[in-house]
Order: sequence, then structure tokens, then C-alpha cells
Amino acid sequence: MNALVRSAGFLTSVQDLGRTGYRQSGVSVGGALDSFALRVANALVGNEDGAAGLEATLGTLRLRFNDQRVVAWCGGGFTVRIGDGELPPGHAGRVAKDEELVMTAPQTGSRAWLAISGGINVPLVLGSRSTDLRGNFGGHEGRPLHDGDTLPLGDDGGLKTAAPWKNRKIAEWTAPTPWVTTARRDRFLRIVRGPEWNRFTSNAQASLVATAFTVTPDSDRMGARLDGPPLDRTDPGDLLSEAVAPGTLQVPPNGQPILLLGDCQTIGGYPKIAHVITVDLPIAAQLWPGDLVRFHEVPLTEAQELLREREENYARFRVGLSLHTS
Amino acid sequence: MRIEPLGDSALIVRVVDEFARDPEASLSEVLAALRAVEAAAIPGVIELAPAYTTVAIFFDPARVAQDEITQPPFDSLRAKIESVLKNRSANRTTKIESAAIDVPVCYEGEFAPDLAEVARSAGLSEDEVVRRHSSANYRVTCVGFTPGFPFLSGLPAELATPRRATPRKEIPAGTVGIGGAQTGIYPRKSPGGWNLIGRTPLRLFDVQREPPALFQAGDRVRLRRISREEFDAVSR
Repeated sequence: MNALVRSAGFLTSVQDLGRTGYRQSGVSVGGALDSFALRVANALVGNEDGAAGLEATLGTLRLRFNDQRVVAWCGGGFTVRIGDGELPPGHAGRVAKDEELVMTAPQTGSRAWLAISGGINVPLVLGSRSTDLRGNFGGHEGRPLHDGDTLPLGDDGGLKTAAPWKNRKIAEWTAPTPWVTTARRDRFLRIVRGPEWNRFTSNAQASLVATAFTVTPDSDRMGARLDGPPLDRTDPGDLLSEAVAPGTLQVPPNGQPILLLGDCQTIGGYPKIAHVITVDLPIAAQLWPGDLVRFHEVPLTEAQELLREREENYARFRVGLSLHTS
Repeated sequence: MRIEPLGDSALIVRVVDEFARDPEASLSEVLAALRAVEAAAIPGVIELAPAYTTVAIFFDPARVAQDEITQPPFDSLRAKIESVLKNRSANRTTKIESAAIDVPVCYEGEFAPDLAEVARSAGLSEDEVVRRHSSANYRVTCVGFTPGFPFLSGLPAELATPRRATPRKEIPAGTVGIGGAQTGIYPRKSPGGWNLIGRTPLRLFDVQREPPALFQAGDRVRLRRISREEFDAVSR
């Protein structure tokens, strides 16, 4: 009942929905940078939302299982093959014992999330199976996967999800396209104003939504660093550190914003000009150096309404799946 | 007190306006607010994070608004928090207990590469810097930067030293530093720009512990000067 990592690729780590309840100890939420993609993939293979899967960055990841498993993936424009056949995003696919699963480098975007029926059964650390790559704990030995690693898999209840399609390799049903394919050619991220919005010049406020920013090479799971017209403040005084969150757009003194992602620090002292709304974090999780990104302001009520709608649709999708597979 | 959104799934309660004027009173107010909101167990609230003058509240907007169709989640949660904090002000008898933590620190040799610089900047002898640094009363204003890193207020003003122009790439775990008007301790090997003047043999962050961080916001901290021999004895 395990997965053999034949090739770990550029950066692959075990992730679940992250660690909550430890911000007071300075521990980031972390988890899948696009936690919704992991939830959808988990749903497709019959797992709980919070089962641990793999986050692959670029390619090439090769896996084998020593028993039969159902897998599904969502995220960037990767090509995934099971043996000789292609597994499109957002479909459940069966991987036979000792068959090879290969995720090759994406044409668009940068990351993908793979769910495996039964989940990856590494020990819980502070309530989560996520790898904290900065703190070196959780996940598989607190580090990214290496070639030759063996990952323990959970019990998948004898593949109940595979029963109705036992003559097929790939399930027909799928999830909505925008959930499963998240790399975009036009990267528009919707934002709401941050607490320090009014401490920026009107020029800066206008530039933020009128300009395309370029993702710079020193970006990582902590944040996407952006290059564009400097966002100047009206009052340059120091601020006391306070909480930040994934999605926060903070602006250091050089005026170049940083879009915080899942592994961001829990507190920060830079002014927060805006926040990317939760339903657009999946698009943010695909950003890669050289990408252009634009921002578009929406009211807070709209951001929360979009999130509510998505969660309702997801709940319906879950119910629909259980009808397909029971 | 002001309550502002921090994105669509968090908000920030600005409990007091200013910190530096009276850090002691500010921290007590913030901790009282933290405990009150914790105790209220408002549905949909996921976790709280205090720092200096604020308490951040992370929540699930879908669950916060479940029972009120007419009000958007932020407004609904803000109203609940305001009412919790107002009731607290009306009945202000809760005394906030904070842990007192004794931290042994060795200020010698390789542990204190910037002690000379701090002494020069303060116009004091190195021994006097150590004496003053290890006899002040500190409080943890927040924990962050890296897991378990305590920011301490209470540094004697004359010991304030600007951060180094070029941060060091690697600072050993347990290192005590001064950054501007604050002092702090690096829980694990990390880069950093503070002036390094000592080291503690204590483990500041351990995932096997609950909570994993040795310090929590509000804790009272005493730094106790120890010799290299004592340091080595504790480390072993």
C-alpha cells in the first residue's frame, strides 16, 4: 500500500488543506497553494476534501503504486499519462499495480495537484500532513520528494469509486473546467482594498489596476514578487507588524508589490494595499517568473458572494459524484 | 477600536491606537480582546492572531453568514465581535494572566559577534550592555517571522541599535539579537539582519510540543545571563 517515486521532478511535496490553529505560534497555513484544486481532485477519487495529495511544480513526476489506485489531478497545463493513455485534468483514472503515472512539464501554468484514492498517509504534524518547506516538518520527512522515496498510502475502501466504470480506464464524469484547468493566458486577479489602501498615492492606486505586473524570478511558495511601476505611499512611516494572509498584496519600501501565497509568514510590517479574493487564488497559484498579471477591483460583498456560490456549487458537485459512484 | 477587512476571509480588530506609549497597557488590552473573542466561540471563526495593537480573525464567510441571510458575512461578524468586546468593557474584571518565562542566555565569544557594535552605538562597555540587556523586563508582542520567533518589547532605549545594512545568510538557532528598538530570539537557523549578542540553549519551537512555540504573545520574559559552561551543560 504505497507509492514509489520513480522521479520526483523539479519540486514535488505532500500537501493537504494546510495547518490551521497555529498562527499564534508563527506557523503558516501552507498546504496546497490551490487548496480548491486539491479538494476537487480528492472528490473525484472518492477521498475526503482534506486527504493529502501531491503538489507538483513543473515536471517531471513519475509514480508507481504497489496496488491498484484511482487518481485525478487539477491545475496547470500538464500532460499526465497512465501507461499508454492520457489522463485529462478533472477525470478519475485507474492506475493498475506497477503501472507508471507520468506528469510532464506544463505548457501553461506551473503547478498541479494529484489526488490518489486513500490519500497519502504520512503522519499528522500539528494537525496536518502538509510539508512545511521552510520549517522542515510535516509531509514526507519535512522535505520535497526525492527520487526513490516511498510514500505510504491510506486505505481506499477497495476502490468503491471505481466500481461503476470497471470496464473503463478513465471515468467519463468530470468537474467544471474552470475548477480543473487553472492556468490562464490572461491573468486577471480580482482584488479588494487592503487596510493601508489609503496610505498610497492616487497614482499608486490607479497603477495597481491599470498596469500589467511581471512575476520576478525570486518568487516561491511564500509569495509571487511582482515588478511594475513603483507603488508610492503618501506617508512612508513604519507600521507595526500585524497579521497577513495568503492573497495579501504587500508593498515593501521599494514599491514593488509581493503577492503572498500559502507559505507566507503569519505577520508582516509592510503596508497591505489590497488582497486577491479567495476564488482567484487558484489562478495566483499558477504564476511563474515572466508571467504578466493584472488586477481588477471588486467590492468585498462580491468577493464573499463569489466564494459562497463556489462552495454551494462544490457541495452540489459532491452530491452529484456520490450519485455517479454509488 | 476599529474593525477592518483583511481580504474576504479575515478581518483585523484594531484594539488600541498606539503601542509604544504604553506597551504594557496595549498588550493587556489586545490579550483581553483575544481571550474574549476566543471565549465567545463565534460560529465560522477559524483562528485568531494577536500582534502589537491588533487581533486578526480568520473565518469562513459561508459559515459566518449561515444564519443571517440579510447581512453580508463581514458586517455580520463585525457586529458580533463589537458586541462581544462591548460587553467585556462593561464588565472589566477579567484579569489577564500571562506566563513568565526565564530564558538563560550566554553573551560570550562566538555567540555575540555584534556585542562590540551594540556597545559602541550605546556608548557603554560590553559588560554594561549585557548587564542592562539581562536585567530588563520583556514582553512578547507577537510571534512570527519564522515559527516560534518572539518579538520582545522592553529593550532599554539606550540599547536600540539599527539593523545591519547587509543581513547575515545564516544565524544559528537560539541566537539573541537586537533589531532597532526590539530584541528577539531566532528559533532556528535562518537568515536575518539583527545585531547578534547572545545565545540560549532552549528550544524555542518544537512540533512535538503543544503549543509548538515556547512563547505566546503577552508572555513575560526575563533573560538570565549564564556562562559558557552553563550553556554547554544545558545544551548537552
